[in-house]
Amino acid sequence: MSGAREAGPVILAVGGISLAFGGVKALSEVGFDVREHEVRAIIGPNGAGKSSMLNVINGVYRPQQGRITYLGETREEMEPHFAASHGIARTFQSLALFKGMSVLDNLLAGRNLLMRTNLLLQALRIGPALREEVAHRRRVEEIIDFLEIQHVRKTPVGRLPYGLQKRVDLGRALAAEPRVLLLDEPMAGMNVEEKQDMCRFILDVNDEFGTTIVLIEHDMGVVMDISDRVVVLDYGRKIGDGTPDEVRSNQAVIDAYLGVQH
Amino acid sequence: MFYRETGQYKTTYEADQQLFPILQDRLFVIAVLAFAFAVVPLVASEYLLRAILVPFLILSLAAIGLNILVGYCGQVSLGTGGFMAVGAYAAYNLAVRIPDLNLLVVFVLAGLAATLVGILFGLPSLRIKGFYLAVATLAAQFFLDWAFARIKWFTHDSSSGSVSAPPLAIFGWLVDSPAEKYLLVLGFVCVFALAARNLVRGAIGRSWMAMRDMDVAAEVIGIRPLYAKVTAFAVSSFFVGLAGALWAFVYLGAWEPLAFDVNRSFQLLFMVIIGGLGSILGSFLGAAFIVILPLALNQLPGWLGIPMSTALISHIEFMVFGSLIVFFLVVEPHGLARLWAVGKEKLRLWPFPH
Repeated sequence: MSGAREAGPVILAVGGISLAFGGVKALSEVGFDVREHEVRAIIGPNGAGKSSMLNVINGVYRPQQGRITYLGETREEMEPHFAASHGIARTFQSLALFKGMSVLDNLLAGRNLLMRTNLLLQALRIGPALREEVAHRRRVEEIIDFLEIQHVRKTPVGRLPYGLQKRVDLGRALAAEPRVLLLDEPMAGMNVEEKQDMCRFILDVNDEFGTTIVLIEHDMGVVMDISDRVVVLDYGRKIGDGTPDEVRSNQAVIDAYLGVQH
Repeated sequence: MFYRETGQYKTTYEADQQLFPILQDRLFVIAVLAFAFAVVPLVASEYLLRAILVPFLILSLAAIGLNILVGYCGQVSLGTGGFMAVGAYAAYNLAVRIPDLNLLVVFVLAGLAATLVGILFGLPSLRIKGFYLAVATLAAQFFLDWAFARIKWFTHDSSSGSVSAPPLAIFGWLVDSPAEKYLLVLGFVCVFALAARNLVRGAIGRSWMAMRDMDVAAEVIGIRPLYAKVTAFAVSSFFVGLAGALWAFVYLGAWEPLAFDVNRSFQLLFMVIIGGLGSILGSFLGAAFIVILPLALNQLPGWLGIPMSTALISHIEFMVFGSLIVFFLVVEPHGLARLWAVGKEKLRLWPFPH
């Protein structure tokens, strides 16, 4: 389904990542790469370490071992601010929106890194501060149009239904104009129509802006449809990596999902 | 029927992002300001100005400061009284030690002194949250109380520990009568309330609210927790310190450290909670509730012509006041500002049901 854009060179690679919380090993020796402009899916049963992997990529978790290569630069761990300021944005599995703020403010907060005026100018709201607010509002309105959430732009996010909140979460990530977008179960808990909408948004983002997408998803139909390559994790280990067709016929993957007869 | 935004089309983002996008709101605010600046000083009695309006305005300013910290950034503070004291004593020392300094400069520098102290005591907020932070700021309160009572340098070696402010003169204008004091305070409050409103609806305000609502997500989108929290403490302390300086110089005139004890901190926290966390208007409503209501309750039996002893009145005042606080918090946990917003929402439709 995708593939309107050719995948480019490797933009992000992780290697030998091991992460443990006390005695619990969340990830052991996991490594894979992500090419620019591709849709890369991470799948696996519950507790396989998928979300932990995303948290390692954007620096929320610091792995005990391993290295992360992003934009040609290798480091042992990522730092959230570095990740954000160098074009890595993400959405969250359990919604992590700013509930007390309006949709507009949530999206504008996503662009906070791009705002430069100092506190004094903001307090007076004159000159550069005012121009900046308006300029960023314009960009945010484009995203609001794109996601079709115009009618709720001034509603506090906490009052929106779940499906719309998921869209706002995506919008907040998009507002930062990322190069790499990490999506943690963007379709969890949605009905078929909402899933279709979300798929369309993700593919459009990938298509129109060339954004690289790393996606965690449980709906196999969706994963097989929209991703270019798939990584399979199970109990913190990588058990499969390849195109959807390759992964589908991988015996280890089938065993992990269906169980093995003893 | 009259409060409608129908027909008021916005064609630019500037128009949509202005302070009061609805025409009726703008007119209302202009009318209130005109009334406050032009009519009140002429008609209000000396008692009303001196004992009600001036403290109400100054405490509103302090409540705005605290609201920035607690309501917008989500960092609880019980040290507000202490930070007010920093402003008050900084202003005192500046005015006494550098007599030629313009009073406006003194007030601003006093605010900045409180900012520095606020940043210092705000740094632990990076590590501790919620109740634990409240306890840490309570420690700040007690430390500052102690410092101003015991370190003689702050009180200019005054033997009793109490100090008095020099006469208020700004550019040759001697601020002396209650009406003049009221106008001075009103000017400060208007300017800084506007500044606060601009900050909370700008980029910095969004980063404060983002820290409040979901700190992990805020960090992931590139908001630095250190910067967001420290600026919130800094701006908040500036407002509180400025209010402290005004409280000491304009309202009290002469004071001792007890004027800024922990009760003041609690009083301001109540104002912010009752008025509405995360609302500039709420800071005013909360301050009005806490300052004016007890006085009104106290006067009520007299107005109604009910004979009652002063002691009984003051007991009843406490009881009614306490139950009103509970009542309002039960009816609207989000504060008076939310009641106001709900009322406006209703008014938009009135007299039609939908």
